[in-house]
Amino acid sequence: MGQPGSAYSLEKPEEALEAHTISVLVDNEPGVLARVIGLFSGRGYNIESLTVSETEHEAHLSRITVVTTGTPMVIEQIKHQLDRLVPVHSVIDLTVAGETIERELALVKVAGVGEKRVEALRLAEAFRAQVIDASLEHFVFQITGRQSKIEQFVVLMAPLGLIEVCRTGVAAIGRGPERM
Amino acid sequence: MSANENGSAQMTGAQIVLQALSDQGVDHIFGYPGGAVLPIYDELFQQDQVEHVLVRHEQGAVHAAEGYARSTGKVGVVLVTSGPGATNAVTGLTDALMDSIPVVCITGQVPTHLIGNDAFQECDTVGITRPCTKHNYLVKDVDQLAEVLHEAFYVARSGRPGPVVVDIPKDIQFMTGSYKGVSNSQHKSYVPPQQGDQAAIEAAVDLMINAKKPLFYTGGGVINAGPAASESLRELVRMSGYPITSTLMGLGSYPASDKQWLGMLGMHGTFEANNAMHDCDVMICIGARFDDRITGRLDAFSPESKKIHVDVDPSSINKNVHVDVPIVGDCAFVIDQLIEAWKAKNPSLDKTAHARWWDQIDTWRDRKCLHYRKKSDVIMPQYAIERLFALTRDHDTYITTEVGQHQMWAAQFFHFDEPNRWMTSGGLGTMGYGIPAAVGVQMAHRDSLVIDIAGEASVLMTMQEISTAVQYDLPIKIFILNNEYMGMVRQWQELLHGGRYSHSYSEALPDFVKLAEAYRAVGIRAEKPAELDDAILEMIKTPKPVIFDCVVDKQANCFPMIPSGEAHNNMLLGDDVTGDDIEKAITEEGKVMV
Repeated sequence: MGQPGSAYSLEKPEEALEAHTISVLVDNEPGVLARVIGLFSGRGYNIESLTVSETEHEAHLSRITVVTTGTPMVIEQIKHQLDRLVPVHSVIDLTVAGETIERELALVKVAGVGEKRVEALRLAEAFRAQVIDASLEHFVFQITGRQSKIEQFVVLMAPLGLIEVCRTGVAAIGRGPERM
Repeated sequence: MSANENGSAQMTGAQIVLQALSDQGVDHIFGYPGGAVLPIYDELFQQDQVEHVLVRHEQGAVHAAEGYARSTGKVGVVLVTSGPGATNAVTGLTDALMDSIPVVCITGQVPTHLIGNDAFQECDTVGITRPCTKHNYLVKDVDQLAEVLHEAFYVARSGRPGPVVVDIPKDIQFMTGSYKGVSNSQHKSYVPPQQGDQAAIEAAVDLMINAKKPLFYTGGGVINAGPAASESLRELVRMSGYPITSTLMGLGSYPASDKQWLGMLGMHGTFEANNAMHDCDVMICIGARFDDRITGRLDAFSPESKKIHVDVDPSSINKNVHVDVPIVGDCAFVIDQLIEAWKAKNPSLDKTAHARWWDQIDTWRDRKCLHYRKKSDVIMPQYAIERLFALTRDHDTYITTEVGQHQMWAAQFFHFDEPNRWMTSGGLGTMGYGIPAAVGVQMAHRDSLVIDIAGEASVLMTMQEISTAVQYDLPIKIFILNNEYMGMVRQWQELLHGGRYSHSYSEALPDFVKLAEAYRAVGIRAEKPAELDDAILEMIKTPKPVIFDCVVDKQANCFPMIPSGEAHNNMLLGDDVTGDDIEKAITEEGKVMV
């Protein structure tokens, strides 16, 4: 039927959820991030990942990259709802716009001695993670890549003395010479 | 005031506010003073271009501005103070957001250096109002103030209209800055659509001319698009000969006296309108949003139809119901485009199929779904509205309502032939909307007959605004259908909760006639059908605010009704409803729903 759930159809339709990466160009003004986040929480949308920073200083434009999940109808809703916010200039669904590159950076703190410490370092090299801080009993690795790579790295570090992880969230951009 | 080297006028923030209002063509504002807006009130005192209406509660200010906006098509303007002034306005702002009413609400704020300090009467106004406005601003630079105010008016009235808050700290109101006039340049990011996509228009018209069981379903969007849009809608509907129904918000855009009119649709819509929605093969939705009061059970909503949806807000399209031909555009433009495309095709319609469709509709009409049993000793609420309608037909009448049974009866039994005559809280369902809205309407239409069709429970929520009406000689009529119950709550408790009337009886009601007198208004009471007409006529000719206490049947229910969780073709009709039917009509699942 393609109809979503509402107050009148209690059974949620069994529609598959899709993950989409949405890029939002906004005026960098106070409260703009609150507007975007408030929209997501207020309407019950998911945020899997969120990154934001001013990207065009003269024009005071910020770029927000949101990874969200939902049924195709909900994803459409999210885009239209974002687009009607007054300070939003454009909304691009990178997942459907063509080939995109998605990267994330993580800082991973691992503590340990002996064989575990050697193994952590060996794996870090294999993942091309850099050591940015170290003592005799810990490392802080910096790793960049797709989300899946970071997930995998963190899983591998868990038995080797993983202390904590900090992730930036996904930054994404379209391939090719065109602007979004 | 002085001019600086650039030629732009220098003035204080408070003067900028008044200048911007005047440049925006504002005649009336509704407000309540307080510490954080005193500089603006001081400027108000020293000018006579903008007339200020002092309300009795900030919620009333926003509803009054809504009534003003809905009856004139202009932006309604509100001025309130910081803290409680702003928080009291929140209900009104949310109401305006849900019903897409253009309102600019100026709020005072504590001085910038105190923001975040938990200062006296401080609240995070932009934070609180962010989800209940179309947009909001906190102005921290006096040189930006004029631009922000003009932008606020632009945002409020453009595209899908809505409320906009401009929060102005007190020090900014005192500070001197430069004033900029209204700019004609395009907004940098908010440019709503006007024309619809031509290919979609063609596709829609193709569907329309080949339809065998077509139906127009229109809403408040047509009214928001201005009176010309309603004129165009009439042309399109008459040209096609197709039946038309409207939402609660859309009443008046098509004349209710016309033979193509099926009445309102939805939960308390007519049998013919809802069955036509269910059985149609092409649905032409213009400026309505497939709200849950309209669709009923979604998986059984108009299962066989192709759907065309015209809306200025793309987020309304495919939100609840999948449509086949979406057209994003302003109704004022799109309806004309549809007319043009229709004429260009010079279609030959399937007359036989349409005659069959009208026959079917006539059999639904024959059910006389709005029929009710009159009583000789008790005024039936439906009868009261019928008489009110009959006796006001020769007047230039505007109707506002509160929320509940009386609102639905008003929608069913008071018929509108023109847009902008019907002001009711549809989306938010705000009890207490009617009196302040009537104040706003009467302010804009001094010589018209403005009636708030009310319930005795709702009306007490904002009763104090009668005092505003008295102060400004606004002869609004508050026509209370007094059944001593929160009628709609009582009806649902009867239908869904085994008749356990938990806290829905209005105990300790005031004597409304004496209450009117206490406010220096006029009180009238009618208790028997025989005295109703004379009492209504007396109300109409009274040149002062009137509270009319119409004592009606206490148990009357509002039918027809689509029970929660049911489809359009499964309505409860008034006459044949027995306790047994009610037991069966609403499933356990339905009871969970609103």
